[in-house]
Amino acid sequence: MILLWLECDAAGVTDISLETVAFARSLAAAGGGIAIRAALIGEVPEAARDQLAAHGVDEVHHVSGPSYDAYAGAAWASALQDIRARTGCVVVAAAGSPRGNEVLAHLAARLDVPMAANVLSFSGLSPFEVTRQVAGGAALEEMRLSQRPALFTVAGHAWVATPADTPTSPAWHEESPAVAEADLLARVSARGETKEEGPGALTTARVVVGAGRGAGGPGGFDHVIELAGLLDGALGVSRVVTSLGWRPHHEQVGQTGSRISPELYIPCGISGAIQHWAGCSSSKTILAINTDAEAPMVTKAHYAVVGDMHEVVPAVVEELKRRRG
Amino acid sequence: MADEGLRVLVCVKRVPDSSSQVVLTPDQQAVDGRMAGYTVSPHEECAIELAVRLADATGGVATALSLGPGESAEQLRNALAVGCTAAVHVVADAVAFGPADVAREIAAVVKAHGDEDRGYDLVLLGNDAADTGDFQVGIRLAYALGLPVVNGVSTLEVVDGMVSAHVDGPDGAETYSVPTPMVATILEGGVEPRYPSLKGRMAAKKVEIEERSPSADPVGSHRVQLTLPPPAPSSVEILGEGPSAAAAVVDLFERLGVR
Repeated sequence: MILLWLECDAAGVTDISLETVAFARSLAAAGGGIAIRAALIGEVPEAARDQLAAHGVDEVHHVSGPSYDAYAGAAWASALQDIRARTGCVVVAAAGSPRGNEVLAHLAARLDVPMAANVLSFSGLSPFEVTRQVAGGAALEEMRLSQRPALFTVAGHAWVATPADTPTSPAWHEESPAVAEADLLARVSARGETKEEGPGALTTARVVVGAGRGAGGPGGFDHVIELAGLLDGALGVSRVVTSLGWRPHHEQVGQTGSRISPELYIPCGISGAIQHWAGCSSSKTILAINTDAEAPMVTKAHYAVVGDMHEVVPAVVEELKRRRG
Repeated sequence: MADEGLRVLVCVKRVPDSSSQVVLTPDQQAVDGRMAGYTVSPHEECAIELAVRLADATGGVATALSLGPGESAEQLRNALAVGCTAAVHVVADAVAFGPADVAREIAAVVKAHGDEDRGYDLVLLGNDAADTGDFQVGIRLAYALGLPVVNGVSTLEVVDGMVSAHVDGPDGAETYSVPTPMVATILEGGVEPRYPSLKGRMAAKKVEIEERSPSADPVGSHRVQLTLPPPAPSSVEILGEGPSAAAAVVDLFERLGVR
């Protein structure tokens, strides 16, 4: 049996968690129809019930109670450990999100088994071998997970969150496993404003306009911001821009920033270092604007305009406004 | 009073610079940095900055630690140049050490220093290594030491033995209040790493780095091999040059339905 820890937001199960379910269905099918159990911890929106059925989850463990009111990585892992021990699942997986990697690492440490982060695919069941992203996605690692349970997280955007061919009617178990005091020491004790701007907006935007060193300075972003506004999109920047202090870190796209997967990404004046490509390679369409036709960002793009972003972007803004009347 | 200052250990890893093309070693067990050069991850640069600030503010000590080959001394010297005042080098073939091995070795140093009455209030690491991307060394270390751990920390303050660790969580800003000693893994973005001064570089040369051997043979990484994703042939369609391409760009927006 496979146990998945799935994350929810206000709207339901997160997209990256549903991608993990799709991966798990493929693994379950390869194993001859293994059951998929999902663990959800804390508040669960109503929509999650229909999503879990549509995506083919067989059993759901909903964990709640006073110990689970505020996030604590160790407590979350403790609950998963409890469910796994009772159900005998031989695989435990989660999304390759910050929290998914964190909770699975806690579980791996508690069980003293290996954990593979950011898995893209599996190539065999015995031995169980997976391929995962390393070096920010610039290289792949084939890793053997021979101990049980096998623990891994599924890289974002590696799988499409398609519903199951046959929906299920998952059995729903309400649970509140006991948590040791030590596992509640590092616990969220205060929360700020729910974010509206920032990484959330950037990672879900349909259009992202990017800007890099070519912006030239902190004052060089007016036109790309205007273009992003006209396209109802978000601004994303390269690491150079944030490390020079031109723009805040939460706007960074890359290995140490946000991973984006918009319908259209428009990198302007970004050369396309591996660190940046790691964050934007899942974009459906890329239109690069760059003075250097040989820049990696241009050669990897679907479309490109060769030119100075400070000339091209204002012209595009004008043309957009003209057509809209 | 130096006795009352915070003792902070910050762990760094020598990794290939990822700003240029990634090349693998002939045995396909590691990324080869001989052409690109070596660095530490941006997360670790921020961890060093936080360690130095906490030590400076309290009259404490920031110690840098690295597990790796002899050349890792370069990364330790860089940490010393920006304000760490002591360094520990566990000399080992980092490629043969998996995340559980590295956590065990860091724990061995922390315990040994604790036994010598120079234990740590805080152990800081990067959130994930830039090369192997395991996302787990800090957490495994916390379990090995029996300490609490906060992951993905942007900034932290310590007041009267309580750490306030700030995390940019999935739904917004989060704060953890955790007693010392504790472990934190740091994400880039909360602080601006300083550049080394000439004076700092000179001082760094004089520090004697404590060299240690691994406490146990490595279990390993469970790596079979590394591969490179197949290079995608360029299929870029050039829409035009300069501002005159604007119409073609907006045509594309219309075709993609994004306007």
